[in-house]
Amino acid sequence: MDALNPVIELEQIRFGYDAGKPVLNDLTFSLHEGQKVGLIGYNGSGKTTLLHLIMGLVTPSSGTIRVLGRRIETRKDFLKVRRTIGLVFQNADDQLFSPTVLEDVAFGPLNLGKTPKEARRMAMETLESLNLQGFEDRITHRLSGGEKRLVSLATVLVMQPKALLLDEPTTGLDEKARVRIAFLLNHLDISMVIVSHEYDFLKEAVPRIYSMKDGRIQYDADTGALHGHIHRHPAERHPHRL
Amino acid sequence: MIQEPFVNDTSPMQRLDPRSRILMATAFAFVVALSDLLSALLPALVVSAVLMVISGLPVRDVLKRLMVVNGFVLFLWLVVPVTFPGTPLFHLGPLTATWEGVLVSARITIKCNAILLVFIALVAVSPVATLGAALARMRVPEKIVLLLLMSYRYIFVMETEYQRLARSASVRGFRPSTSIHTYRTFAYLIGMLFVRASARAERVYAAMLCRGFSGKFHSLRDFSFSKKDGIWAVCMTGALLAIGAAEWMH
Repeated sequence: MDALNPVIELEQIRFGYDAGKPVLNDLTFSLHEGQKVGLIGYNGSGKTTLLHLIMGLVTPSSGTIRVLGRRIETRKDFLKVRRTIGLVFQNADDQLFSPTVLEDVAFGPLNLGKTPKEARRMAMETLESLNLQGFEDRITHRLSGGEKRLVSLATVLVMQPKALLLDEPTTGLDEKARVRIAFLLNHLDISMVIVSHEYDFLKEAVPRIYSMKDGRIQYDADTGALHGHIHRHPAERHPHRL
Repeated sequence: MIQEPFVNDTSPMQRLDPRSRILMATAFAFVVALSDLLSALLPALVVSAVLMVISGLPVRDVLKRLMVVNGFVLFLWLVVPVTFPGTPLFHLGPLTATWEGVLVSARITIKCNAILLVFIALVAVSPVATLGAALARMRVPEKIVLLLLMSYRYIFVMETEYQRLARSASVRGFRPSTSIHTYRTFAYLIGMLFVRASARAERVYAAMLCRGFSGKFHSLRDFSFSKKDGIWAVCMTGALLAIGAAEWMH
């Protein structure tokens, strides 16, 4: 799989919010076409920062970012990145700002210069692909937590990104919604990075999980140690490996 | 929970173009606000009542809403008649109510209720989302439309956040009273609300940027001006002209 083209490449990234301890310290990471990766780590380990860095919402103090092989430096470069990579925010209330679901899903395509008619069609298709048909006229702030999360996913998928970044997609969701999201992500044919602190969820959603520690991604992480905490395996038929 | 009690999909008003409804309600408000003669204001009140009947909104709910505004008008009735100079009407102890004062109060009451009724019948039947889109189509500056839509969207979130904060204060035994502790607590609550609002605004903006937002807001909706809208616009313009004529022909 690694022979395929890299979508995102980070090299020796350093970043800190203030002069103190850096949040990201010489972090190197790459995501290839079709690859699905989970990132697990404690609160404050820099997971969200990493995603925001890729989107250009924060700027690293040193290091290089490449997207589709091209080096990303200026604000203009990042504008292009945002059309290639989709980020699903941790809090769906931050992502969904339009009054109705349809308008929110169509927001991205309209920004990409699609006509209202095209944008509407794309939005409807995306909603349908996520089994959300009939949601288009719902008022966004009246959706349940799980519905909000699915609609946020739709608002990003409709832009047909090359890669998807998801920040804690299961926070505050019940088991049923969690299973549904894991199933969906597992079946989406797109590269993705999922950041979470729920090992069980990551295991259901992606084939590969790395841990983040001390501002770096631990590639040689001792999976046994990572796996040492007590948790359920909802389906015993899944082999116990990463 | 803040609600939109008059949004009604079955109202015949919903079948009219929201742009013409907003326009007509605004024109009506101007004409009525600028009129001073009862011979113009009373017909205006009748027009607003007729529109209310056509809109098919529940009369009780509308009256309840009117009561809120008329509560304020009541204060006017307490003060204006006895302070306005003019022909004495009756004496109330040391106070003298004047005929002119009563007239002024009556005019304000009629204006206020007529305008309110028209806005409920024509504008409040549509969800804010539709109104925002209609305003955008009417070339109202984008920033104002966005302000309206965003306030509407996040007022619910802010309300829940406030309730969460207030609840956390009350479960720790906070009972509002007239004390410096109460004032300080409320100041903290409100301050925290502002801090959270600003942090949220930043996150919402970041999320918009990630979806290609570049300052321009595009609308999905397209409104069409049908024959029915034409007939309605002509009728309403006629009514407005008649009210205006009653006022300014004198």
